[in-house]
Amino acid sequence: MTAIPLPLPRRRFGVALAVGAALVAAWTVVALLWPSLAPFDPGAQDPLRRFAAPGAGHLLGTDQFGRDTFSRMLAGARPVLQVAPLATVLGVLLGTAIGLVAGTLGGLVDEIVMRLLDAVAVFPAIIAAVLFVALAGRSVTVMVLVIAGAFTPIVARSVRAATLVEREKPYVEAARLRGERPWALMGREILPNVGTTVLVEATSRFGDAIFAAATLSFLGLGQPPGSPDWGASVSDNRVWLQIAPWTVLAPALAIASLVVGIALVADALRARWEAS
Amino acid sequence: MSDGLRVEGLTVAYRGVEAVSDVSFSVAPGTTYGLVGESGCGKTTLGRALGGGPPPGGAVTGGRVYVDGVDVFGLSPAELRRWRGSALAVVHQEAGSSLDPTMRVGPQLAEILRAHGRSRADARRETLGLLEKVRLPDPAAIARRYPHQLSGGQQQRVVIAAALAGRPRLLVLDEPTTGLDATVEREILDLISALRADIGAAVLLISHDLALVGRLCDEVGVLYAGRVVEQGPAASVLSAPKHPYTAALLGSVPRIGVSRRSRPLAAIPGRPPAPGEQARGCAFAPRCAAADEQCRTVLPVLDQVRCHHPGASAVPAEVAGPQDVPAPGAPLLEVRGLTIAYGRTTVLHGVDLTVRKGEIVGLVGESGSGKTTLARAVAGLGPHGTGTITLGGTELAVGVGRRDQATRRRVQMVFQNVDGSLNPSHTVRTILARALPERTLKKPGKPGKPGKPGKPGTGQGDPERLAERSGLDPHLLGSRPDRLSGGQKQRVAIARAFAGEPDLVICDEPVSALDVSVQAGVLRLLADRQRATGVSYLFISHDLAVVGYLADRIAVMRDGRIVEEGPAEQVLLAPRHPYTASLVAAARNDPPREREKEDATA
Amino acid sequence: MRRFLLRRLATIPLTLFAVSLLVYAATELVPGDVARTILGREASPASVAALRAQLGLDRPVVQRYLDWLSGFLTGRWGDSYTLGAPVRGLVLDRLGASLLLAGLAFALLVPVALTLGLIAGVSHDRPADRVISVTGLTLGAVPEFVTGVVLLVVFAVRLHWLPASAQAPEGASPVTRLGHLVLPALSLVLLCMGYVARHVRASTVASVESPYARAAALRGATRAQVVRRHVLRNSTVPATSALGVQLQFLLGGLVSVELLFNYPGVGALLLQSAVDKDLPTLQAVAMVLGVLYMLIVLAADLTYRLLDPRVRLGEAVA
Repeated sequence: MTAIPLPLPRRRFGVALAVGAALVAAWTVVALLWPSLAPFDPGAQDPLRRFAAPGAGHLLGTDQFGRDTFSRMLAGARPVLQVAPLATVLGVLLGTAIGLVAGTLGGLVDEIVMRLLDAVAVFPAIIAAVLFVALAGRSVTVMVLVIAGAFTPIVARSVRAATLVEREKPYVEAARLRGERPWALMGREILPNVGTTVLVEATSRFGDAIFAAATLSFLGLGQPPGSPDWGASVSDNRVWLQIAPWTVLAPALAIASLVVGIALVADALRARWEAS
Repeated sequence: MSDGLRVEGLTVAYRGVEAVSDVSFSVAPGTTYGLVGESGCGKTTLGRALGGGPPPGGAVTGGRVYVDGVDVFGLSPAELRRWRGSALAVVHQEAGSSLDPTMRVGPQLAEILRAHGRSRADARRETLGLLEKVRLPDPAAIARRYPHQLSGGQQQRVVIAAALAGRPRLLVLDEPTTGLDATVEREILDLISALRADIGAAVLLISHDLALVGRLCDEVGVLYAGRVVEQGPAASVLSAPKHPYTAALLGSVPRIGVSRRSRPLAAIPGRPPAPGEQARGCAFAPRCAAADEQCRTVLPVLDQVRCHHPGASAVPAEVAGPQDVPAPGAPLLEVRGLTIAYGRTTVLHGVDLTVRKGEIVGLVGESGSGKTTLARAVAGLGPHGTGTITLGGTELAVGVGRRDQATRRRVQMVFQNVDGSLNPSHTVRTILARALPERTLKKPGKPGKPGKPGKPGTGQGDPERLAERSGLDPHLLGSRPDRLSGGQKQRVAIARAFAGEPDLVICDEPVSALDVSVQAGVLRLLADRQRATGVSYLFISHDLAVVGYLADRIAVMRDGRIVEEGPAEQVLLAPRHPYTASLVAAARNDPPREREKEDATA
Repeated sequence: MRRFLLRRLATIPLTLFAVSLLVYAATELVPGDVARTILGREASPASVAALRAQLGLDRPVVQRYLDWLSGFLTGRWGDSYTLGAPVRGLVLDRLGASLLLAGLAFALLVPVALTLGLIAGVSHDRPADRVISVTGLTLGAVPEFVTGVVLLVVFAVRLHWLPASAQAPEGASPVTRLGHLVLPALSLVLLCMGYVARHVRASTVASVESPYARAAALRGATRAQVVRRHVLRNSTVPATSALGVQLQFLLGGLVSVELLFNYPGVGALLLQSAVDKDLPTLQAVAMVLGVLYMLIVLAADLTYRLLDPRVRLGEAVA
């Protein structure tokens, strides 16, 4: 009560943010423009140049069919960056809606929704994904739905927790006292104040979505084999690891650089939002 | 070199901005020095600096601190650590948090004794002695408990025991009783008074509470904007203050026996300067009615009092005649047989309460007495219970969601949590506009009241008028709550509560989070609004003097029951229930010196 | 405490029931005729019908669910469609292998993550903290199969320090077998390390800056004493819940790590049985993993409660 409010000297992870943002931006550009950036057609086979080592002709070498690894790596950015944003937006929207409604209304609605989410959460996402893909077959739509479905309870829980904190605050009680409807309570009073939570969730989930999309493709549950998708490429080429490690390493490092970029951005943004 | 604590020209700055400037005083062993001031005056920074280390981000930029002749700032880090272990003890507010939650009480105390070279067996024996010394019942049982298993008062006693364990030469008490109930606070203060002579250390008491300081201290220093503005013997400073700030501060403290009818509280206009804001001259000049050109340009020197016009009054003289207060009318709110339980714990036992039209009913009690539960039940925000609540003869539905729009408008609330009270995403204008009735409701003009204005933004009910009536500067309308001070926030909350022209406003500890000088202004605003609108208040507070200032009638709650109820003067001046009597005794601190001497001789 | 335990134990059958419903519903809805899948495209309708009857596929779904559930509970898990062998032996064998790998990873994870978290927390905002925090964050964001690929290329392909396959040759000594598990375990550890270390760091920072640590410092305790006596307990106890979460993560990671390292574990089996539409195996694996998850959550909760006196002894008595 007597403390002087002083912002602690807080050095930002400025470098980390810049590096992360540059990585994400670079891959986004690649995903959009790879046809004009790639030196070769990623699908073009060259039986005479199988397993060529990285060098002048092929920057990152070639694979078992003589396809250019570098071009395939560039082309592989697109499928991931199609699935992940879609799944993130879907999962965050759904989770936010559920969390906000459950938290604001409280009572029986909240109880039922949370029990359901608990039951879903007990079930490991990876098992659910395997079951679901086995059930529905492999497709991009299924992948988006599986990932979004796995995120929904996570987002819903944290938005609900933030909503509960806000709901107990007197400004919401004052709004209830003057007779605001539940929709006005949610939209006008509570939502603007849980916005930070939603944004933090969205950025962290985006990184997780890349993670999940790559893993599903690696497991053969996402993009079809033969696709230049990074996860699928690692899976397709892992048997040649001893002979042509570059065919596995290139897509693997591509995944790593993108998820690390997102993680750095997300962490810096979270620190900034939490400080404000 | 003299014994005790000697502070010379101490200056502490945060990144070049001085929070404490050129502070000097000394405390002899066995005596107590009180440092008083409001939020942000630098008293906590000062307290920390005395332990040899400023708070994070700060630096001691000038001055010396001597304890029994030891130059504390001259010590090497290792020496400083040894000195702290052997000569210093600090008791903070919220004592519970300075105990390790994962260790039992006994071992925590024994560890300190072991650090002072006692054997294991000696330490264990002395631990029990210490717990006994701080008047804890059954020391052996207490020693086996974890901190969370003790009450707030017991935790504070353990922390005091820990402070005594090292036989300190300097004991710093930083807001030692803030957050404790009045009766517990009194016990702790009695304990400190009794132990003072025994420990023989120089004691520095840091507090915002003038009455507390007056009661416990031999000398006081009044801190304003990082500087001591007045110091001297407690009795003379507090009974005949020379600095306008000290006088105004004393004038803004509500006292038992002073009500809004007899004289309005004197609030200090403006706010204290933020650190670094004050350039030159007297820091208090912008708020002082007696300030002249000299005050604004030349910093006065401290010779008992740091003022160019000692004895002048900071607050413009007022016609302090008796206030005309309209007599209460017919019953408005009637609570009958209200019983409420949380799970298996019953918190309200068949409570009856009546608030009449235009009446202010004060509800007093300590934490856990059920007063907030009662208030929230009336507002329709609390859990369900049995019993009836009627407003103007019609029964109120249990939850606010089940009341119709017109009924909801009639009961409004002002909350204790000043920071959470206003939506941080909205501007003040939006907050007030959203509270205006015409936005959501076209209600027929209530009987006996003038017709409603047509559109928002014009006539009676626009945010500008609401803000003006609450004494808010109109340029604040565009600000968001994080730009407002605590007092300003509470004024917005009051304006919002009055926007729908309610019949009953429930005030739940509306001033307990505010500094006294700000509190006085808010209390006056509440009194003014009541007189202007004829509204009724259900006013809840743990502070008897605050309730006594506003209320016509007072109800005293304990353990979910109303134990005494009657006209305010009668309850405060001639309490009939022993519990009320003990509350009044705990709250009555004037005249301070007599109390203090009693304790010293006890 | 006892009431908490009883209540938690009472929820287990309920959750199990929900998991079984989910698993059964998912496998039941698999498109295509199982009998035809098993017999192949060329089989005659008569033999397909005969197999359907033999597998009990012609009975009502509720009855089949109840039969399956009671069979699962009594240990009759059926025969694999593809291998023809009993599912139970297969799944339990694979489970043992997976638990060995997960156990090794967990045993490496706990000391490493706790130590790094403590170091980062104590050196709050200094270079050591930055390095640990950013590294942990970065590694935790990368899928375990990617980390695994990099580890493989570096330690198996280039340096030849460790074998590329997780499966040791028949009759290898325990030490050799453990050596084969190091790389897969390491990719799991690197995945989870950052998260746990972050939790430990946060509670360490809170504890270092807490009033009780400050009070101890004001009483003349050295920094090392404060950390040893007050910070250690208060910062590692909250980490048990983070460890519980990560153990779940670790089990999930088994699927892709086992695939990458050709390890015959329960994760690889899950994937294989889903691809082959081998329903009895898929159901059994999903159930076993579901139960395992639940037990982990319970264990983490219990550990946390046993370690924290505030939770163990309930709220204030006074």
